[in-house]
Amino acid sequence: MMDLLSVEGVSKRFRGLLAVDNVSFRVARGSIFAVIGPNGAGKTTLFNIIAGMFAPDRGSVDFAGERIDALAPDEICRRGIGRTFQLVRPFPALSVEDNVVIGAMLRRHDPAAARRHAREVLARLDLFGKRHQPASALTLPDRKRLEVARALATEPKLLLLDEVMAGLRPAETDRMVSALTELNREFGLTILLIEHVMRAVMALAARVLVLHHGARIAEGAPAAVVREPAVIQSYLGAEAVD
Amino acid sequence: MTSRLLDGISHRGVALLAVLLAVLLAAPWIANDYLLTVLIIVLYSAYTGQAWNVMMGFAGQLSLGHAIYVGLGAYAAAALYVHFGIAPWLGLAAAIAVAVACGAIIGFLAFRFGVGGVYFAILTIAFAEFARIGFDHFQWVGASSGFFLPVANYTRNDLWNLRGDPTMFYYVMLALTVAAFALCHVLLKSRIGYYWQAIREDEVAARSLGIDTFRYKMYAAVLSAGMTAVAGVFFAFYYNNLFPEQVFHISRSIELILGPIIGGIGTLFGPLIGAFLLTGLSEAMQELLSALGFDAPGAKQVFYGLCLLVVVMALPGGVWPWLAGKLRVTRRDP
Amino acid sequence: MAAEIYLNVAVSGLLTGLVYGLMAVGLSVIFGVVRVVNFAHGEMMTVAMYLAIVLFNSLGLDPLVMAVPLAGVLFVLGYVMQAGLINPFITRPEYSQFMLLIAVAIIVVNVLLIAFGPDARSVQTSYAFDSFLVGPLIIDATKVYAGAATLVITAALFAFFQFAPLGKAIRACADNYTGALIVGLNVKHLYALTFGIGAACVGAAGSMLVLLVDVTPSLGPASTLLAFIIVITGGLGSMAGAVLGGLLIGFTEAMAGLFFTPSAKSMFSFGLLVLVLLFRPQGILGKRVS
Repeated sequence: MMDLLSVEGVSKRFRGLLAVDNVSFRVARGSIFAVIGPNGAGKTTLFNIIAGMFAPDRGSVDFAGERIDALAPDEICRRGIGRTFQLVRPFPALSVEDNVVIGAMLRRHDPAAARRHAREVLARLDLFGKRHQPASALTLPDRKRLEVARALATEPKLLLLDEVMAGLRPAETDRMVSALTELNREFGLTILLIEHVMRAVMALAARVLVLHHGARIAEGAPAAVVREPAVIQSYLGAEAVD
Repeated sequence: MTSRLLDGISHRGVALLAVLLAVLLAAPWIANDYLLTVLIIVLYSAYTGQAWNVMMGFAGQLSLGHAIYVGLGAYAAAALYVHFGIAPWLGLAAAIAVAVACGAIIGFLAFRFGVGGVYFAILTIAFAEFARIGFDHFQWVGASSGFFLPVANYTRNDLWNLRGDPTMFYYVMLALTVAAFALCHVLLKSRIGYYWQAIREDEVAARSLGIDTFRYKMYAAVLSAGMTAVAGVFFAFYYNNLFPEQVFHISRSIELILGPIIGGIGTLFGPLIGAFLLTGLSEAMQELLSALGFDAPGAKQVFYGLCLLVVVMALPGGVWPWLAGKLRVTRRDP
Repeated sequence: MAAEIYLNVAVSGLLTGLVYGLMAVGLSVIFGVVRVVNFAHGEMMTVAMYLAIVLFNSLGLDPLVMAVPLAGVLFVLGYVMQAGLINPFITRPEYSQFMLLIAVAIIVVNVLLIAFGPDARSVQTSYAFDSFLVGPLIIDATKVYAGAATLVITAALFAFFQFAPLGKAIRACADNYTGALIVGLNVKHLYALTFGIGAACVGAAGSMLVLLVDVTPSLGPASTLLAFIIVITGGLGSMAGAVLGGLLIGFTEAMAGLFFTPSAKSMFSFGLLVLVLLFRPQGILGKRVS
């Protein structure tokens, strides 16, 4: 099987609201897959289900051939899924480097080895120079980078990125896009991203899933998906087609 | 090992630490009896503060009922000694076992049932108060009328039975404090210490990085309980009397945590600095008030409370981080 | 005969519990809005209690009547405390707020100790030994008056939060801090008012409690703990929960004192607290917060 992640018929209801409605998709090993949709479309809920924060009401999530939808978030991370948070959650009092060291310790119990690995990751994400600053001192774009670095340090097979481009300037977005592309090419890292910044989605993703009111309305190659009338109507608006 | 012990401390810090240790080692030759008693209290507070720091300062779990572990440790070892003649060093194992079991129960219930923050703090108070009232009615160890260890005139120090003069107790407490300090230092520099800090800073993020937060919080609860119980054994054999109203009382729990908070929560030196400051302050207040001929009960505590208020308002992170900046003892690049 | 004793003790426990409930309402209101756990709550109540005793002993003023003016005095005290002391700590970690209030508590307990000494004090009103006969029940008149006054005060407080514009503004503040800031509410002022209202509750409760219990400075910390037990059992942040918790704890302690030894009665309250924390941490009437 070439699929690393397979989501089958997943639904999740919060009180009355059906946040995720019977969603299915597959992410091929080594690919970059994007989930887009307007605010409140259920993207983050879907992410949280994959990452183990919520159990789905119905459906299943399989990762690397094993069912993971009943597992706790830490167990899912140990299986090889790293994630970032839409509202960033650094360890504020710790240094940037120590933030990443904690991630690196998942696979490297020796602090010195974890630190070496953390520095490599920091260099890759342009944070090496800021490694001694407390995480609380970073700007928002840097905090987003730190989220990615920390998740990467756990050496995941699949990286879940929740709007890591939001708030970045175009140049910063391009830099992040190229960093992610490198990771994908060099290490075969599979990436699943939620993104509003279409510039990044078009540059990165091989396939795109569009959610609206929790349900799938389209899936396919980015260039094809953005031309589908349903997608344009619900989300992108006419100008995005140009 | 030594290199690891000194990890992350600047040369200046190492030198200051050596001087401090030398002074503490030499203290019994220099200090009079009164000062030695005060120093024992300082070290006792530093030790218990460090034990509490493991749970709150490192792992972020606010316990306001640590007196329960002091009390359980004290009563366990004292009961074995009084009823069965078992030496305190053997009783220590039982004391640790009882406290660890209690810490594990409180931790398990709280962490499994998702009791956190203020609620966790109040749960720990509830357990401590429960124990206090329980021991008030526990006849085997004297209930509310107190439990007493035999006191005789000792011609020589008996370290095995912890019977002797203040100097012996001083060195025992110093050894415990140094050991706790070294242990915490090593723990903070290892995986468990990093994981604790991650949990303290953001538990959700910690879990997303693969940390089994339940397990690491349990480690902190159990280690902190066990360490605190050791202080309880010391307390029993040093004071030779135990009253539930004293050992388990919430004011003991509060006293225990004032030092590390004033000194700097989550820092290695915080508990030590806090113990020196608070005990010193308290004794100085006593001296000052009796010199002024003003010895109303409570006067000392009022000033104590005022000083506390000032420190909490002026130095939110505690004294040590501020002092460390002044002394330039922390190293940036480990 | 035996059944009547139980019934008598139960009613007496419930009436005392009502007054404890009022004290706990204060703690609950403060936590519900300001999100600060007032670790000096019982100590503030002992301030009101000693004031009530002084007023009674020197001027012969009935503590039941004094409940209202003392509530006013404590309101001012609470307002000043929040505005001057606690506001800068709103955004600080819990242990930091805890330290601040513990410092306040230590100061209050020991100032009272210096001023009044460690001995227990109480007041003897002319109606201290009056009682009502209701069928087989013999009920202390004092407890009936105190319980009734508590109900009136609590009802007034409910009405204030439900209907008065100021009460609504405070509730808005509790629901959504940022939102309250955006719509231009003076949050600091509202917080101080809330702390004042919470303190007024202990002012009234304390004034009435001097009729029911002996007062020592060490009653402060014990009452703080009692207030915690009550609000957590009832639901931290819920006013009705605090009243219910007060009734429950008053009843439990009275019955435990009857069946077991009175000195062990609070063990049952703490036992109850532990059970509630584990199985319904939001309390009986509390809303689950995510």
